[in-house]
Amino acid sequence: MSDTIIEAVGLTKRYGDTLAVDVLTFTVQPGRVTGFLGPNGAGKSTTMRLVLGLDAPTAGTVTVAGQRYADLARPLHTVGALLDARAVHPGRSAANHLLALAQAAGIARTRVDEVLGLVGLESIAGRRAGTFSLGMSQRLGIAAALLGGPPVVMFDEPVNGLDPEGIRWIRTLMRGLAAEGRTVLVSSHLMGEMALTAQHLLVIGRGRLLADSTVDEFLHRHGTENVLVRAGEQDGLARLLRRSGAHLGTDGDALLVQGLTATEIGKLAAADGIALAELTPRRDSLEDVFMTLTADAVEFGVSA
Amino acid sequence: MNILRSEWTKFASLRSTWLTATVTVVLALSVGALSATGQARGYPDASAAERTAWDPTAASLTAITVAQLAIGVLGVLVITAEYATGSIQPSLLAVPRRGRLLAAKAGVFTLVAVLIGQLIGFTSFFLGQAVFAGQGVPYATLGQPEVARAVIGGGLYLAALGLLGLGLGTVLRSTAGAIGTLVTVTLLVRAVAQALPERMAAWVNKYWPTASGERIFSVVPTDGALAPWPGFGLLCACVAAVGAGGYLLLRTKDA
Repeated sequence: MSDTIIEAVGLTKRYGDTLAVDVLTFTVQPGRVTGFLGPNGAGKSTTMRLVLGLDAPTAGTVTVAGQRYADLARPLHTVGALLDARAVHPGRSAANHLLALAQAAGIARTRVDEVLGLVGLESIAGRRAGTFSLGMSQRLGIAAALLGGPPVVMFDEPVNGLDPEGIRWIRTLMRGLAAEGRTVLVSSHLMGEMALTAQHLLVIGRGRLLADSTVDEFLHRHGTENVLVRAGEQDGLARLLRRSGAHLGTDGDALLVQGLTATEIGKLAAADGIALAELTPRRDSLEDVFMTLTADAVEFGVSA
Repeated sequence: MNILRSEWTKFASLRSTWLTATVTVVLALSVGALSATGQARGYPDASAAERTAWDPTAASLTAITVAQLAIGVLGVLVITAEYATGSIQPSLLAVPRRGRLLAAKAGVFTLVAVLIGQLIGFTSFFLGQAVFAGQGVPYATLGQPEVARAVIGGGLYLAALGLLGLGLGTVLRSTAGAIGTLVTVTLLVRAVAQALPERMAAWVNKYWPTASGERIFSVVPTDGALAPWPGFGLLCACVAAVGAGGYLLLRTKDA
């Protein structure tokens, strides 16, 4: 399905002295949610603006369905995007905002009511957008993105400012869109959120691509696994584990074991007659992995 | 065609559009009628030379001068409101060919501005002539030579000023900046020019686009001024140049 792929080759964008996007090469495939991760200022929004032709790249190319966005015959039927939920005239009603977009793209008026229903805004369709909460604005932006029923959708930080119910709604929506075979690219600086939503990750820092892999691969490659152990006879256990080649650390009064699995630790302790009070396998959260990976790529990092 | 309909929806779906248009028409007609009354009262005391220069058509069209800034501001807002609210971004996603977006905006707004212009032109002409007739001052009728041209021209002048606003808004992308420039161009330059050495003042009075454009709604020729159509043509050329600049910047600058 090459007609739904987003493809960037050597994509570069410079604003004055700032290199916002630094030779990015990637493809975004259909049928799965691709999380576009990076700390604030990493270049996620800029990349999306380049995909959509709002800004012109300094070098490189980016295409959707094999064409530059500006060359698409029916852009809203090909790509739906939500970049900034507040990018609506506050004096215009939700229905008229969508109607103007639909008319420009040659989309039937009935589709406006359809997408309003889809995002649950039909009851306030006639209200001026300026009176909307951020959550309602996000829904309006998503309605606009879905107007043309596009095979490619892009959302920039869609869960920002949403309540838990709204977050769950967006998560389900994005997974549903991907399950229908669409290409879904969603940016976030919240790793935990992506762990729950995305199947694939593009990680960038300072405009550079740091990782392009599935979520599982990403954790496996960049994360470390360790086991938290507590025992009555902690010193004896520590000697035992060290002899077996484990690296030990502490977490409060517990031992943090690296290099042995929980099963191996359990067997060793049982063989030595040591009673364990706790045995918990721990994997770095996506958040930790991300922090480690982007530590030197954070633009406004706090030095430790 | 689709994009024109879309731009009409954007224009017509804002309460502020109708409010601005209504206020423009009402204010222009009111001030125009007051001005016509004042000029009629002054006529009996006028010198012979002033009576020769008496142009009842132009005297009834003060409303055009009053409305020019308001309609220019309406034109500015057609584009700068999109930048101020951020809605330019969804607009450009729906119509990524930026020239078409601007052309559709200009098309819809020209239609609106011409209608408002003609409404103000004809209404203030008839109001003014009724005032002059009532005061026993020489008045004009549409059937007299050049009068219909001047009345229709007044409306066209307003449409040109509106498009100048749209052009400035497209170049500057900022409401305050564009309106400031509009005020400078239409009022300040000409006011300041009167304090300049005579030759420079005369040049501004003859060639400054809004000055030359005003000839289109006068009937009695003024010494040292351009003829009506060349004068209006000069204004239109300048408006087109600003619009072309806006188009180039829209095409080439990041949104």
